[in-house]
Amino acid sequence: MENFLTQTLVYLGAAVISVPIAKRLGLGSVLGYLIAGVVIGPFALGLVGEQADVMKFAEFGVVILLFLIGLEVQPSMLWDMRKAIFGLGGAQVLGTAGAIAGASLALGLPWQTALAVGLVLAMSSTAIVLQTLDEKGLRQGPVGRAAFGVLLLQDLAVIPMFALLPLLATGAPGHAEAGGGHGGGSLVAHLPIWAQTLSVFAAVAGVIGGGRYLVRPVFRFIAKARLREIFVAAALLIVVAVASLMQIVGLSPALGAFLAGVVLAESEFRRELESDIEPFRGLLLGLFFITVGAGVNLPLVASQPLTLAGIVIGLMVLKFLVMYGIARLFGAQKRGAMAVATALAQGGEFAFVLLSFTVGAGVIGVQLAALLTAAVAVSMALTPVAMILYERIAALMDAAIPDVVPETGDFDEGEPDIIIAGFGRFGQIAGRMLTANGFKSTILDSDIEQIELLRRFGRRVHYGDATRLDLLRAAGAERARMLIVALDDREKAVELVETAREAFPNLVILARAWDRRHAYDLLSNGADAVERETFESALALGATALQKLGFRAHRAHRAAAFFRRHDRRMFEELRPMWGQEEAYILASRDAAQTMDRLLDADLHRMRPGDAGGAWDTASLDEELRERAQQEGTN
Amino acid sequence: MNDANTGSVTPATPGVLLVLAHPALERSRANRALAKAAKGLSGVTFKDLYETYPDFVVDIETEQATLVAHDVVALQFPLFWYATPALMKEWLDLVWLHGFAYGEGGEALKGKRLFVACTTGASAKAYHAHGYNRFSMDEFLRPLEQTAHLCGMEWETPFVVHGASVKDDAALKAEAERYKARVASLLPSPIVRTEA
Repeated sequence: MENFLTQTLVYLGAAVISVPIAKRLGLGSVLGYLIAGVVIGPFALGLVGEQADVMKFAEFGVVILLFLIGLEVQPSMLWDMRKAIFGLGGAQVLGTAGAIAGASLALGLPWQTALAVGLVLAMSSTAIVLQTLDEKGLRQGPVGRAAFGVLLLQDLAVIPMFALLPLLATGAPGHAEAGGGHGGGSLVAHLPIWAQTLSVFAAVAGVIGGGRYLVRPVFRFIAKARLREIFVAAALLIVVAVASLMQIVGLSPALGAFLAGVVLAESEFRRELESDIEPFRGLLLGLFFITVGAGVNLPLVASQPLTLAGIVIGLMVLKFLVMYGIARLFGAQKRGAMAVATALAQGGEFAFVLLSFTVGAGVIGVQLAALLTAAVAVSMALTPVAMILYERIAALMDAAIPDVVPETGDFDEGEPDIIIAGFGRFGQIAGRMLTANGFKSTILDSDIEQIELLRRFGRRVHYGDATRLDLLRAAGAERARMLIVALDDREKAVELVETAREAFPNLVILARAWDRRHAYDLLSNGADAVERETFESALALGATALQKLGFRAHRAHRAAAFFRRHDRRMFEELRPMWGQEEAYILASRDAAQTMDRLLDADLHRMRPGDAGGAWDTASLDEELRERAQQEGTN
Repeated sequence: MNDANTGSVTPATPGVLLVLAHPALERSRANRALAKAAKGLSGVTFKDLYETYPDFVVDIETEQATLVAHDVVALQFPLFWYATPALMKEWLDLVWLHGFAYGEGGEALKGKRLFVACTTGASAKAYHAHGYNRFSMDEFLRPLEQTAHLCGMEWETPFVVHGASVKDDAALKAEAERYKARVASLLPSPIVRTEA
């Protein structure tokens, strides 16, 4: 117990100190964790020695990561982005893996090892690339979409790699049991082959069937209880259960988690699951990276600085060249191709995962793995530098030839234009109108019965409390153009407007207000515009009433329009007084009288039965009458 | 839209489509009297634009189908600023489209007749080279006449009531009778009169 506490203290302490520093220096959190690991590792301070236990725990971070990737993989999105993912991404993975494997072979590695190194180093860093592109504002353009497609394929490619890499084992260190849970610990290993096969199929079918028919009702049940922590527990339970199941039948737990993610990707709980699991992913992956860092054989790496530099430069140049060539082949302009190639030229987080896995499976030696781990880390650190270099060159190119990157629809990410929070009687109508006009929307609602009903009508609605910032973010609030707040709960609506205004300054926020007071509250908390929920429908009813009382349709319509205009004016005029009760009441009385006067004047000008053929001008009638009299007397 | 008040009657045989536009018909004695007289005729389909489309959102398909189903299109309106009221212009703009009413493939109205019935506030004298409106009614109605021509329609002599706002009840009644007879004469088949 004491040992456990000390260990926890060391790991957490190292992370808390080094990660913020690394982030400040622009190195990213992954490198922060790695450095923390190196520092506390046996080769530097030696604060942690035997790390195998921690490693097993840390690898659960990888399992969660794959679950989250699975959640992102919706068949519809795969289809929309097929060219970017399977064309560009597939070509990148195969091309880069081939080039690096070739180079490794030329350097004298056995072909199995060379191939493994190629596959491992073909991965790029999702975290670093997306962060870099976001910082440069390239995320939404063709460059960003191309990069995203490639990264997504890499994430997917990890799965077959887990299956393929052990086949490349040269038999050297060969302890498959130490595979950190990947493939180890099977309970069916003693069974005959047919029974093993059967159990594998049964497990996969169980995951798919369970995801479809068991998990969703259970989540619905939990959601109705409105217990946030139980929802989190249930989400973790799924991942752990699936991982365990896969381990029992001798499959990769990561693969199982991925599968579970895909099964749940179409469910209404996707966004909520993502938000709930995300913190665990971050921490556990961080722990994983620390253990990787601690595993780096510092003296070994330090004894071969030239080799390391050679590997880093070779890696980045090769990756750049292959990606540049492929992007050009796929029709990208020079500049766009350069940007994508530069962004993706580093090794990725998955390289660490795969390296530790390949060492366990006996494909890559410990020494080589240490060198490669260090090389990947350095290449990640160099990415911001490379991007700055690219920008310098691009600026020079801009001066020479105006080389415009064309916008193509091929890399569509499917990001929403509009987020609608609350899809009840109000949100639905607004949402339907916007969808009918071609805008993509993401809908969040926390009423599970409502969601079930809407799903039966074929609407895509996500479960979740929209006032949560992480959920808003997961719904795409950073890139959406508009947030429509139509929550039934008045206070929650104000809270959401306030949160969203603060976190996403560029988002246009429209809110449904309960009444005038609520409208003022929403506006003062940052809503760009409000609509009082009953105002327009009450006007419509008023117009219908006038019509039924004998007004002609156009006149009733105009009466409603007049009233709307006067009321809106009054709303704006009284706004500064909001909060000062006395002044507000006085001013609103005054305004009401003014409105009555105006409407009265309009009413008399339009009185039915008035003589005259002109539209709005009694004075013209008067003049014409006089003129007629004159003509008559002449 | 209040369907009960649109006053549409579908004729048994294709006849006259009488399209009325007056934004404040409740205030117009002349147009009310004229419309009342003419819409009682069998073979006349009556359409009050401001009643049908108070929000100015014209239903193009329905309007086009109605136009196709009639032989004569009659436009009745008060002259505002030497032109039709806004909604009638909107109706023309939206419904009488290229490819439907004119231009390539636009032959839906070809061979039909266009008849304009118009009320003015000022007296007949004002619509004269030496009157204060400086031009004749024929000249002011040229845009509509050319519209008919472009659509391959026959242009009927317009029916004009001048000084509508100053006419007394008896005079208006006489105008209404004259109007009813004129509209009846436009009907293609033997006329069966019914009282409104």
